[in-house]
Amino acid sequence: MSVNQVSVFLENKPGTLNKMTEVLAKGGINIRALSLADTNDFGIVRMIVNDVYEATSVLKEENFVASFTPVLIYAISDETGGLNNLLKFFTEADVNIEYMYAFAGKKNAYMIFRVTDTKKAEALLSGRGIKSLTQEQIAEV
Amino acid sequence: MERYFQEEIECAPREKILALQNEKLLAQVRNVWENVPYYRAKMQEKNLTPEDIKSVEDLHKLPFLTKADLKAAYPYGLMARPLKDCVRIHSTSGTTGKRVVAFYTQHDIDIWEDCCARAIVAAGGTNEDVCQVSYGYGLFTGGAGLDGGSHKVGCLTIPASSGNTERQIMFIMDLSATILCCTPSYAAYLGESMKEMGLTPEQIPLKAGIFGAEAWSEEMRRDIEKVLGIKAYDIYGLTEISGPGVAFECSEQRGMHINEDHFLAEIIDPETCEVLPESTQGELVFTSLDKEAFPLLRYRTRDITTLTREKCSCGRTHVKMTKPKGRSDDMLKIRGVNVFPSQIETVLLNKGYAANYQIIVDRVNNTDTFDINVEMTPDMFTDNVGEIQNRKKILEDGLRSMLGIKAKVNLVNPKTITRSEGKAVRVIDKRKI
Repeated sequence: MSVNQVSVFLENKPGTLNKMTEVLAKGGINIRALSLADTNDFGIVRMIVNDVYEATSVLKEENFVASFTPVLIYAISDETGGLNNLLKFFTEADVNIEYMYAFAGKKNAYMIFRVTDTKKAEALLSGRGIKSLTQEQIAEV
Repeated sequence: MERYFQEEIECAPREKILALQNEKLLAQVRNVWENVPYYRAKMQEKNLTPEDIKSVEDLHKLPFLTKADLKAAYPYGLMARPLKDCVRIHSTSGTTGKRVVAFYTQHDIDIWEDCCARAIVAAGGTNEDVCQVSYGYGLFTGGAGLDGGSHKVGCLTIPASSGNTERQIMFIMDLSATILCCTPSYAAYLGESMKEMGLTPEQIPLKAGIFGAEAWSEEMRRDIEKVLGIKAYDIYGLTEISGPGVAFECSEQRGMHINEDHFLAEIIDPETCEVLPESTQGELVFTSLDKEAFPLLRYRTRDITTLTREKCSCGRTHVKMTKPKGRSDDMLKIRGVNVFPSQIETVLLNKGYAANYQIIVDRVNNTDTFDINVEMTPDMFTDNVGEIQNRKKILEDGLRSMLGIKAKVNLVNPKTITRSEGKAVRVIDKRKI
C-alpha cells in the first residue's frame, strides 16, 4: 500500500517554512519525515505526517497550496548495506526513483520513495517479497 | 475568392470615402452643435462654431470627449435625439466604476449591424452558414451586435449567449455550427473542453471564429485555430461608439479594417493630445459620422494602436488598425517598451493561472527590472520541481511573446498579493526617475 505524502508549495522568502511549521504545530500535526526540494525561485516541502487530511486542510486555510502524493515506504535494517539490499530489488524490477528521503524509527530506518508509476512499482517489489508499509504501520514505528 | 457585404463602400477609392466623410462630418458637427448643449459649450470654450469645420482636415480643432465627460453628462447629456426616437440602450459592465449607457435609434442599430455583417462576411460567412453567437446577450453589446450582423448576412443564427459550455458544444456539434462568435478566452476554453471530450479539429464543424472584446495574442490565435480547426478573426468595438464591428479583420489576418464610412479614426499622443501621423503608435480617437442618438465627436478610447493605409490583399480600402495593445491609462514603459497589464492578464488566463498578479518594476544599475508575481494555484502545483519549472517557463515564454520583453515570474502563495479595498494593486513601480 502506498502512503500519502503531503507536498506543499513554498515561495522563496524568509519565514515561509517557519510559517508552515507553525500552522502544522497549531493544528496538532506531527511531522514524521520531511524533505525540502529547493530551486532559486521556490521550494517544495514533502512530508510524512500523522494526519494527512487534517494537515492539508489546516494548510489550505492558511493559504498554502498543498496536495497529496502517493509514495512507497520500506523499512531497512539500520546496519551497513541496509539500503543497498533494498535498492537491488528496485534495479531488478526496473523501477525508476524520482526522489527519496529517509527517517529513523525505534528499531529500523525507513526509506520513502517517489516513483514514476507507484502501483506498478509496488506490485513488482511485492512480487519479490518486499512489502511497503501502510499508513497505519507508519503510525506505530 | 474574397466576398464583401457592402462591396461598393468597403472597396471604394480613398477619394470617395474622404468625400463621404467630409459630407457626413459637417452634418454631424452641425447636428451636435444644435442638439447637444454639453458639446456645444465645449466648442464655445474653444471659440468654435460649426462653420470652422470645413472638412476632415479641421477635425483636430474640435474638443475631445473622454470617459469623464460621459460620467458628467450621464445619462442623457450627450444625446442628440429625443427619447421617443430611441429604440434601445446598451451599457458597459462598469467594473471600473464608470458605467457607460449608450442610446440607439433604429438607424443606429442598422449601421451597427451592417458593420457586424461586414465582419461575418469577411470571415467567409454566407447565408449557408450556421452562426453561433456565444457572446453575452443583454446590456453587453457583444451578443446583440453579432446577432444582428448574422441576421443581415442570412446565417442561421444560434443565440447561445455566454456560459453553459456543455450546451454550447451540443449546439455546435448537433446543428453543425460553422461560425463561432465569442471572446477569445472562451473560444480557447471551448476548444480545450472539446479536445478533452475526444473531439478532433476534423470532427468539429466550425470553420471560422470572430473573437473580440478582450486582448489576445498571436500565439493564442494559433492555439485556438489549431484546437478548433478554424480561422480565427479579430473584431474590435466599444459601446460608446456602437459595439463590436467598429473594426474587423479580413482574410489577411493582419490588422482590422475600420468602418470609416461610419467611424472616423485618429491617433493622438495620449500626453500632449497632438494628432500623430499614420503608422505611429498612439491613442485611438473616434468620431461617429452618422450616428443619430449618441453621436460622440473625438471620443478618446484610451486604446493604444497604430493606423495603417497599406494596400490590403483583401481589396478593402478602409484604414487598418493593429490589435490594441492596452489602455493608455495603465501603460508602463519598461526598458523602453510599452507594457500593458491587460496583456499580462490575457497570458495568465490563457495558460491556466488565475488573473491575479502583481507587476514590480525597479531600476538596478540603470536597467529596469521587471518581475511579475503570480499566485500558485492547486491546479498548477505538483510535487515535481522540474514540472513546476517547466510550467513557469511556458508562462514566461508566453509573456515574452505577448510583451516583447522578458519578465521574471515569481510564484507566490495564494491570496498573498496585496489588495486594497477589494481590488488588487497590480503595479508597483519602485523606479526613481
